[in-house]
Amino acid sequence: MPEYKDGSIKSIAGPLVIAKELEGCEMYEVVRVGDEGLMGETIRLDGDEAYIQVYEDTSGLQPGEKVVRTGEPLSVELGPGIIKNFYDGIQRPLLQIQEKAGDFITRGINVPGLDPEAKWEFTPTVEKGVEVMGGDILGTVPESKVITHKIMVPPGVSGKVTDIKQGSFTVNDTIAVLEKDGKEIPVIMKQKWPVRNDRPNQKKTDPNVPLLTGQRIYDTFFPIAKGGTAAIPGGFGTGKTVSQHQVARWADAQVVVYVGCGERGNEMTEVLDTFPEIDDPKTGFKLMERSTLIANTSNMPVAAREASIYTGVTIAEYYRDMGYDVAIMADSTSRWAEALREISGRLEEMPGEEGYPAYLATRLASFYERAGRVQTMGTEERYGSVSIIGAVSPPGGDLSEPVSQNTLRVVSSFWALDSTLADRRHFPAINWLRSYSLYLDFTKSWYDENATAEFRKLRNQAMVILQEESELAEIVQLIGPDALPERERLTLEVARMVREDFLQQHAFHKTDTFCPLEKQFQMLKTVMDFNQLAEEALNRGVGIEAISKLAIRDEISRMKYIDNTTFTDEHKALVGRMQEQFTSLGESA
Amino acid sequence: MKADIKTREYKTVKEVAGPLMVVEGVDGVAFGEVVKIRTGTGEERTGQVLESREGLSIVQVFEGTAGIDTKNTSVRFIGDTMKLAVSKDMVGRFFDGLGRPIDEGPEIISETRLDINGASINPTARAFPNEFIQTGISTIDGMNTLVRGQKLPIFSGAGMTHNELAAQIARQAKVLSSTEPFSVVFAAMGITSEEANFFMRDFERTGAMEQIVAFINLADDPAIERIITPRMALTTAEFLAFECDMHVLVILTDMTNYCEALREIAAAREEVPGRRGYPGYMYTDLAMSYERAGRIRGRKGSITQVPILSMPDDDITHPIPDLTGYITEGQFVLARDLHRRGIYPPVDVLPSLSRLMNQGIGAERTREDHSGVSDQCYAAYAEGRDVRNLVAVVGEEALTERDRKFLQFADAFEKEFVIQDRDENRSIQDTLDLGWKLLEILDEGDLKRIDEEHIKKYHPKYRKSA
Repeated sequence: MPEYKDGSIKSIAGPLVIAKELEGCEMYEVVRVGDEGLMGETIRLDGDEAYIQVYEDTSGLQPGEKVVRTGEPLSVELGPGIIKNFYDGIQRPLLQIQEKAGDFITRGINVPGLDPEAKWEFTPTVEKGVEVMGGDILGTVPESKVITHKIMVPPGVSGKVTDIKQGSFTVNDTIAVLEKDGKEIPVIMKQKWPVRNDRPNQKKTDPNVPLLTGQRIYDTFFPIAKGGTAAIPGGFGTGKTVSQHQVARWADAQVVVYVGCGERGNEMTEVLDTFPEIDDPKTGFKLMERSTLIANTSNMPVAAREASIYTGVTIAEYYRDMGYDVAIMADSTSRWAEALREISGRLEEMPGEEGYPAYLATRLASFYERAGRVQTMGTEERYGSVSIIGAVSPPGGDLSEPVSQNTLRVVSSFWALDSTLADRRHFPAINWLRSYSLYLDFTKSWYDENATAEFRKLRNQAMVILQEESELAEIVQLIGPDALPERERLTLEVARMVREDFLQQHAFHKTDTFCPLEKQFQMLKTVMDFNQLAEEALNRGVGIEAISKLAIRDEISRMKYIDNTTFTDEHKALVGRMQEQFTSLGESA
Repeated sequence: MKADIKTREYKTVKEVAGPLMVVEGVDGVAFGEVVKIRTGTGEERTGQVLESREGLSIVQVFEGTAGIDTKNTSVRFIGDTMKLAVSKDMVGRFFDGLGRPIDEGPEIISETRLDINGASINPTARAFPNEFIQTGISTIDGMNTLVRGQKLPIFSGAGMTHNELAAQIARQAKVLSSTEPFSVVFAAMGITSEEANFFMRDFERTGAMEQIVAFINLADDPAIERIITPRMALTTAEFLAFECDMHVLVILTDMTNYCEALREIAAAREEVPGRRGYPGYMYTDLAMSYERAGRIRGRKGSITQVPILSMPDDDITHPIPDLTGYITEGQFVLARDLHRRGIYPPVDVLPSLSRLMNQGIGAERTREDHSGVSDQCYAAYAEGRDVRNLVAVVGEEALTERDRKFLQFADAFEKEFVIQDRDENRSIQDTLDLGWKLLEILDEGDLKRIDEEHIKKYHPKYRKSA
């Protein structure tokens, strides 16, 4: 490693330290600040002065203390050991910090992201003599009960395999040797990657496979695709975090990266407590076997909060490169933007809207742009995806603020949380009229093939009914529901069924928390069939009062609680009873 | 902090502006270091370094800068960051906003001196709060349950009964499974002496005085001192909870005054303002206080926080309640129209929320039907209120039978469930049964949020016949 000349601290104000005589220091280079060696990153240069954002508390630092360059940008360590781990914003494992420092996080603790002692069982999948390039898989490691970690040739490296080993190794042991132009290149299981750079891929493909979440409002109404982006904006108390947790728990991604960015400590503890306990419906093991958590709570240093979402997305890209579908939840991107604002304010930069720096839009766009379904690097044709689901916490729930607006410009699914719905305990409190998904068209053929072509048709019909309801609502406000014609009162009735019996989903109910696609289809079909039968009954001259008093209404409302395994049979019986009841209505009329 | 820092004294105040003072020609001053200031007339003040450069320090003066001059004032850097001597003897005592005793008692002498900024609890060390706290107030216990280790603020407005409510919580709060009382750490920031006296009288009347540590910064005390007051209180609370195994309830009032002080300093430093002139780092700053609630695995004590803040103009989107709501685990919102109708406590359950409620209730903690009853009451009350608005337009005659029942429910809910006496301590069983009594107004078919099993078991209709 080259020797660098040490600089010294010139001034300290909060998380911003200015160092002088730091020659040759580069932008975004990691430096060690003060006698305790606090970690920091260069964010502005002025001659030989460097402006450093420090990832730890700066009280007690004095001008004159030394500042040491490392010559490296802020990077994460990638390799086996990431899954099942809990990290802070700059990839320090929280459990190891606790071992070293106790229950409270003190500063100056240095722990590598991957345990250098841990041994992993490496099984090669290539033979000697093969030509490999960046992204090719050399072998596999069983990382958890669910995830097979694929050891890849680092990007930009290529050559002929001259040696490949099998057995138990640490992440720093050489597991293969490549030869290129007469030079030997040893390969270890660990890769380092600067968090602010995307990992390369061959090309981005269309996001035409939905990321199924088991949540009716998303899967049926506003789907997100694998490799897609979604934003959940909502004021406090509208259920952002529960929505994020639900997607993390039930989405059919193979790897989940959960970034708690500037959020509550107790909430992160809940994630830390529950993820290792939740059964994963797909694998039969615990959810944690395919997850990694990054927790930088609101009271942890603000600069590390800024770094945390980059740490998360870099890890996600790494698993994508192995060919996995990865979902990353960022809760909340507003806190990240505020960290950006805080640092920018300390730099005395000219502020843009509401004090946010002018580059907020670019930063947000380049973050979300790291999502995508891609053909990965390597000789073999392999596809993987990173889907980003970002929560936004707009001040006062007002979506006209800069973070929401700039996010909306770049994401394709928009799930608008609504505090009026939340106040009524309509959960998930996603407003069906304001939300949208640009993946509806992309994923249509998938739904047609894998569910049924009728699904999308029913979904559109239901949307029309909800739209009509909102128009009628204004009239009802003026003249009362009784004054409406029967057919419109039916629309109101069916709209209520769509809202209450279909869209409302109970995250904490043992059955309703996850709703398979087939069940979603059947439930929606039942409501729409009810609509059909009721219309026919109206035509026969049956009154709306009689229709809304049918006993089946109650059964339909409890449909969501029917056990997923017995649903098909019970539901069939329910449909039978519905038809009978409507027939008997016809007779009485 | 390094040991070799000596106490250094300077007479080189260059500039005084608002609560800030610039000192020149200094050497080796640490960021966050405590400063003792002696004015020309010999008066002692305390300050803290906000920015440290080579040869120059910016100091915020807690007691205000009146009387400080650039000639005679001497400034002493004490070589340490802000620390508080803590001990169990603090319980039952009164301190000013900077932690100095203001009762007749002696100074607190202790080996344990803690940094008042604390350190963040490692999320892996936290124990998830799930012990139900019974406050005896139906709108809280039934609808927005408080649990041990939670931070749940009261959003109020000028002239409403938040103090009464906070005092009632402090008085009645208990955990069903244990007999230990809560110790109360009370931090007052810029409240009037009238309000402070109200709390003191109430604590005295109920014999809670021996359980209390109070830090008091009154409205006429220096504003900048308020920056420190909650930190003092929470440092004490952490010591009592995590070193002395006590369950501590922290009441911080009024956070709005704290934020005003924050804004004053930011303005004096000519910082780039965020929303409504409050500094961009206010979220982080508030989080540093609020996040000091919680429980730690393997330690017996806990810190539960009930901050009180008055929303300027009852506006919940104002930055102070807004940022608070994003950090705390829910909020109790007091509503002016309920208050005007003479309802105490005027808790509007619709915008109120307890995020940790689901973990604190249910079969083993409160009762199995709790979640269903609470959800159903919410939904029905919300619907009833909508109907009430409708009535204003179309008149009651135009309502359907169903709507009329919801309207009746909403009225009864406010008159029987929300309203209660200031000394009325309802058990959770009573609260839930009261909920059922009101739900009987509605058709059974409309009780969609409650498990059928629980309806059969708890609905008054079935109970009577059983």
